[in-house]
Amino acid sequence: MEHLISPAKYIIFGFLPGWLLSILFVVVGVGTFTYIMAKRIAPMIKAAPDNSRFDRIPDRIIQTIKVWLLQIRQPRYMLAGVLHILVFFGFLTLFLRTNSLVVIGISENFALPGLSPDQFLGKIYNILKDYAATIVFFACIVAAIRRGIFKPARYAVPEKYGHDHTAEAVFVLAIIMGLMTTESLFEAAAVASGHEIFLAPLTLAWFFSKVLHNASHGMLQSIHVISYFAHDFLFFFFLCFLPLGKHFHVITSIFNVIFMRVQRGNIKPVMYGVSEEGLDDLESFGVKKLEDYTWKHMLDFYSCADCGRCSDQCPANLVGRPLSPRFITIKARDLMFKNYPLTGPMLKSEPLMETIYEPDEIWSCTTCGACEQECPLGIEYIDKIVDLRRGMVDEGDVPQTLQKPLKALGKRGNPWGKMEKKRADWAKDKEFAEECTVKLVEKGETAETLYFVDSISSYDDRMMDIAKASSKVLTASGVDFCILGKQEKDSGNEVIRFGEEMLFQDLKGNNVDAIKESGVKNIVTADPHAYNALKNDYPELDLPIEHISQVITKSVKSGQLKLKPVEDSSKTYTYHDPCYLGRHNELYDDPREAIDAIPGIKRVEMLKNKDRSLCCSGGGLMLFYEPEEEERMAALRVRMADEAGANVIVTACPFCLVNIEDAIKVAGFEGQIEAIELAELIETHIIK
Amino acid sequence: MEILVCIKRVPDNEENEIELNSAGNDIDRDDLVYSVNEWDNYAVEEAIQIVDNVGGSVTVVSIGDEEVDEVLRREMAMGAEKGIMLTDDAFEGSDGKGIATILKGVVEKGNYDLIMTGAQADEGYAQIGGMLAAMMDVPFASLVNKIEVGDKTLKIGREIEGGNQEMNEIDLPCVLSIQTGINEPRYVGIRGIRKVASVEIPEFGASDLGIDAGTIGEAAAKVKRVDYFMPDLGDGAEMLEGSTEEIIDKLIEILKANGGLS
Repeated sequence: MEHLISPAKYIIFGFLPGWLLSILFVVVGVGTFTYIMAKRIAPMIKAAPDNSRFDRIPDRIIQTIKVWLLQIRQPRYMLAGVLHILVFFGFLTLFLRTNSLVVIGISENFALPGLSPDQFLGKIYNILKDYAATIVFFACIVAAIRRGIFKPARYAVPEKYGHDHTAEAVFVLAIIMGLMTTESLFEAAAVASGHEIFLAPLTLAWFFSKVLHNASHGMLQSIHVISYFAHDFLFFFFLCFLPLGKHFHVITSIFNVIFMRVQRGNIKPVMYGVSEEGLDDLESFGVKKLEDYTWKHMLDFYSCADCGRCSDQCPANLVGRPLSPRFITIKARDLMFKNYPLTGPMLKSEPLMETIYEPDEIWSCTTCGACEQECPLGIEYIDKIVDLRRGMVDEGDVPQTLQKPLKALGKRGNPWGKMEKKRADWAKDKEFAEECTVKLVEKGETAETLYFVDSISSYDDRMMDIAKASSKVLTASGVDFCILGKQEKDSGNEVIRFGEEMLFQDLKGNNVDAIKESGVKNIVTADPHAYNALKNDYPELDLPIEHISQVITKSVKSGQLKLKPVEDSSKTYTYHDPCYLGRHNELYDDPREAIDAIPGIKRVEMLKNKDRSLCCSGGGLMLFYEPEEEERMAALRVRMADEAGANVIVTACPFCLVNIEDAIKVAGFEGQIEAIELAELIETHIIK
Repeated sequence: MEILVCIKRVPDNEENEIELNSAGNDIDRDDLVYSVNEWDNYAVEEAIQIVDNVGGSVTVVSIGDEEVDEVLRREMAMGAEKGIMLTDDAFEGSDGKGIATILKGVVEKGNYDLIMTGAQADEGYAQIGGMLAAMMDVPFASLVNKIEVGDKTLKIGREIEGGNQEMNEIDLPCVLSIQTGINEPRYVGIRGIRKVASVEIPEFGASDLGIDAGTIGEAAAKVKRVDYFMPDLGDGAEMLEGSTEEIIDKLIEILKANGGLS
């Protein structure tokens, strides 16, 4: 059969040379895309600075390889994740083909260097891209069926958050399938007419070439040219459509992952580039309007793929609090699109609070980090929530329930307003003092190690037991330790996270001075919130810091700490990961090893564990906040422990213990399930 | 509207453990933390909201020594434009009438449409507002929990025992004593207070206010505190002791024993 005329040489409608049409596509397509991108970048130029995103280059490269290229977070949701990986690698493979295809419409024999069909690499590549197109096509069919017919619950859009996103999702899948189909038809028609191109068996193009086997020359010529220009059109349409919605991530994801957080656990400064001393000169604190967000946070908004994993993991969303992290992002993106329209003037920026966000929504976050752990694009939430809270604190818009503990923290250094001089009273308890001596810095004593007790274990009647048990564990481990007593103030982990920056600075300043003056060489704490603050939010404090679970495992390994067999071997234990030990500081194994060091202990895992642990409803100031919610997070957690077959929940955090002990009563498990703190559990098993 | 709010610095009953001093005539004031009287804070918030709506300015005034600077600045950080400190050795030991006399002096130095006080102070007598209004011969309303600004009048709500609500119209100028719950006072952080740290706060003594020193202070006081103590446990009162758990158990036991719980 006679060879087909290539699109470049084809004369359309008898007058328009194909190459000219191709050039027009490129000019209009690239021009439109550039215009749209310029409009999208405009708000990022007006955004707050963030100079922290260009450091630690090796870490960023490794993170980009893992999160972006290898898509390691995708399979956490297996079906969606695998589909995404198929489409992602398909796109990566087809990227070269798509680009050269655009040029083929202008110059018919164009090939990228090394990839021409007669070269070895070119042959390999052509096989790969045929399979890639086929895999992408079928992955899109499965995805469209899943999205359009089965409709997984996490994609639903509650009425208050606007319209459903299914149509856009299915539309984009249809475009992708159209791209794969037209690309394959273009080639299949050529093969069917006798061009000698190798088509990999069982690919879409191979299948089409078989179907078109007996088609007339005229028909094949039409299919060849029409599918080419349809592909060209779809490609440029897709390119320009991407920045208009959730598929912007196809373009932004690599940048978002390159610039994602590499440090864990800390909170961003009020304003990058402004020192703590310079804070007083700032006109305003935190995020109050759109442009107060940093450019990276805006990039986060653009990058959200609307996959709903954050909200699916968010404990606040789970218990019906008015917070869904997904919509923190989507609402901001909608506002960016609205205020920076593609045509017409930019709109004046209004306060975000009471327009797109509600105060209860922002106060509902426990800063557990489950959303950030899950996001396949590395979108951040905690810093944004904290920045929004900083804005509210600056405006005086703080719930009354939080004002009292904040005031007490300012006056007395603890959220209950208890007297400073009573901070070490737990250590003076007669029965305890006979068994264990605790050195007090306020009395002029000092030691190698500081045990940072923090407020709740110092003042709460029940949680003092943790302080006592920790002291006994430290003593049995041969650690020479002291406590600061009245010189210690709240670590402020939640003070900074609730947006009261200046109060946090005061507390931190006090603690840093007291710790430095005490002359200790290292710090131990049993409170993960204190652990996190001292480790990540106290950069001035250049001392090693350990959680008690690390001390326990070390001492058990060295033989210093000897544990007797489990007291009641009929019980089944489970370990609840505190957010500030686990997700924020990646201490998952030490507490488990510490529990397992008790001979004969039986331990099971709950459905959600380690980096997917379910927040108990938060510590510190969160204990005082009264959220709207349908049930308690800790009650869900207790039921999860029950389902795992456990009857003792071990945790390593006083706040988790408060919440779980309460929830055991609320959820009706009193007498069936008990909660205990790690140091308490270990202490009862020490061989003295 | 020009509004003057009279505020008082009091020991904070939430962040203190109030104990008697060894002499037994006052509370032990070592180790106490102070803050603005809670009712006064609501009054300042209400004044700021009125000014936000209809314009004008809010002035806060307090009687005492250097220490009241802290509470004046806190309320200025909330949004009060001006602060006035009334300080004079002659003020010391004043009874309620003496305090009202001093405040009348400062009111007359300004041109206020509305004067507000808290309904009472944590350690006070709930008398200043009424006395001040009487001395100035202007109308007075107590326990105000709602204010709507009209033309030369205010529509005010008052809380009535038993939870009923009363609405009144009151002519300006007037004195109102404000009940808690009238609003939700805004939060004042350290940053807010630092922002007003360098604002000048004028100080006035008795002579600045044109007050005859003989009408104020300890000498003029006709009400004098003669004793201060924690009452002995009377018959029928029992303090439950022990840990929280033990107290709860005992309480349940008592309630059950007396038929309060079945």
